[in-house]
Amino acid sequence: MIAIWQGFLKAIQLIVTLNPEVLQITGLTLAISFSSTIIATLICLPLGSLINFNNFHGKRTLINLIQTFYSVPTVAVGLLVFLLFSRAGPLGFLELLFTPTIMVIGQVILISPIILGLTISALSGVDKLAYETAVAMGASRVQAATTVIGEARFAIYSTVILGFGRAISEVGLALMVGGNIRGYTRVITTAISLETSKGDIVLSIALGIILISLALIINFVLNRLQQR
Amino acid sequence: MSLIQTVDVGQSYDGRDILKNINLSINKGDVLAIIGPTGAGKTTLLRILDLLEKPSSGQVYFDGVEMSKPKELQLQARRRMAYVHQKPIVFTTNVFNNVVYALKWRHVKKSAIKSKTEDVLELVGLADYKHRNAKTLSGGETQRLAIARALVTEPEVLFLDEPTANMDPISVSKIEEVLAHVIEKKKTTVVMSTHDMSQGQRLARMIGVIINGELAQIGTPIDIFTMPKSKEVAEFVGVENILNGVVVGKEGELTQIKVNGCIINTVNSFDVGEKVHILIRPEVIVFSLSADATSARNILKGKINSMSTVGHMVRLEVDCGFSLLGTITKHAAQDLNIAIGKEVYAAFKATAIHTIKRYM
Repeated sequence: MIAIWQGFLKAIQLIVTLNPEVLQITGLTLAISFSSTIIATLICLPLGSLINFNNFHGKRTLINLIQTFYSVPTVAVGLLVFLLFSRAGPLGFLELLFTPTIMVIGQVILISPIILGLTISALSGVDKLAYETAVAMGASRVQAATTVIGEARFAIYSTVILGFGRAISEVGLALMVGGNIRGYTRVITTAISLETSKGDIVLSIALGIILISLALIINFVLNRLQQR
Repeated sequence: MSLIQTVDVGQSYDGRDILKNINLSINKGDVLAIIGPTGAGKTTLLRILDLLEKPSSGQVYFDGVEMSKPKELQLQARRRMAYVHQKPIVFTTNVFNNVVYALKWRHVKKSAIKSKTEDVLELVGLADYKHRNAKTLSGGETQRLAIARALVTEPEVLFLDEPTANMDPISVSKIEEVLAHVIEKKKTTVVMSTHDMSQGQRLARMIGVIINGELAQIGTPIDIFTMPKSKEVAEFVGVENILNGVVVGKEGELTQIKVNGCIINTVNSFDVGEKVHILIRPEVIVFSLSADATSARNILKGKINSMSTVGHMVRLEVDCGFSLLGTITKHAAQDLNIAIGKEVYAAFKATAIHTIKRYM
């Protein structure tokens, strides 16, 4: 209990004093998580629409497969990305391993099934007549799909929030492909993991509190946007 | 040239035929009401005509162009039409923006969007609701909004699927007022499905009857309601006296038909020996207490089996050797001292009877 209290005080101290290392770690955490969420959303929204608005053989199986990947372990994605981008891997020539870029790529792979699957669910939850109404009103297929996305916007906001939550909170992937390099690829979760293993529980708690606070603030802001 | 034409259009779902060999020709300015029992295929036909659905067989032509492909051609055609669903949905925004969608999709200039939208909302009586969340509208208001969305683009063809189903009389009246305006002032071609036959007669110049997926008859409202071509159409349009008979004689312009032992004089071209149905609408039958009270060719004596009051009318079922349904005013019923078991004379003109061929 004392450790938690000390961690809380330490967190306030680190924030109030604008500790450069904490700021750098927090900034990188946010940059990577935001980037991966935005990229995954940009990929999954059109792809989800394409899957939702078209009927094709194996659609149900594809959706089941996507849903299976909701709970893929972060370390499994980490291993995949590591193998692909390691020097001996097929994409090793890009030399991206242990860079923030590879962390973004890994997180995009990690959260895409969630955003894709929940986008499909959100769109299929909209009254079928919405798409047809738009078409009957003279919308092209793209215009009609955009309208339905607009109708599903609240569910899609939630999907994006969930994807962001998964991205900002994961640790296995960031450790494996980022390498937790101080000042370069160290993010809050990997820092917590390191400090805990070093026995610096107070700093771990402080970083944990900062992480939770960040998640809270971001969710609050997105929820306010959703309510408008 | 017809604006819309269908050639042998059929539709089937899971091997079940919904529409069969529909051949329709709709000209510019026509107002066609499609009537028929629930599940007859009315909505499916409208959806095919609006290119929302592809028929399983046959072709649909819009302005002379066959519409099976390409998609771009269908989009262009659909943008000249508008469709109002039976249970329309509104988009999650305000009333004004719901109407604006259709204009934006057609890349109408911003300056025109505002005026067009306001004009159409005024027309449907929703001008005061323009900032309201469309999801909070009542059923009648939602339907009017759907009509506004359809009309704002000034479509050449307006499809309406049961536009006033399950609505209160005030909402029905408002919607019919708007539709009458569109039909008379804008000369819009209108194709509507309706279960309300009186609405079909009020608004449409032509009526098509669909029964079991087939276009059983198409014609003017008078044709459909007084001269149905088949027993099924007659039953659907409310002809209550459908009697089986056989032609037994010809005398000048009159044809004698034997119905359950009674001879009924009709005017038609059927030959002796032919099996027929004779159709008598209840409102053409005149009831009296004496056979001398009328000059009608057919005067049948019968006993009142049952009577019931409907509004200001009294419905009578009279046994004349066969059951005959008729109506008289409450006032006339009182004058004749009508009562169950009383004997009356039912009279109707030979020309008031419609005769159709009987196949079984």
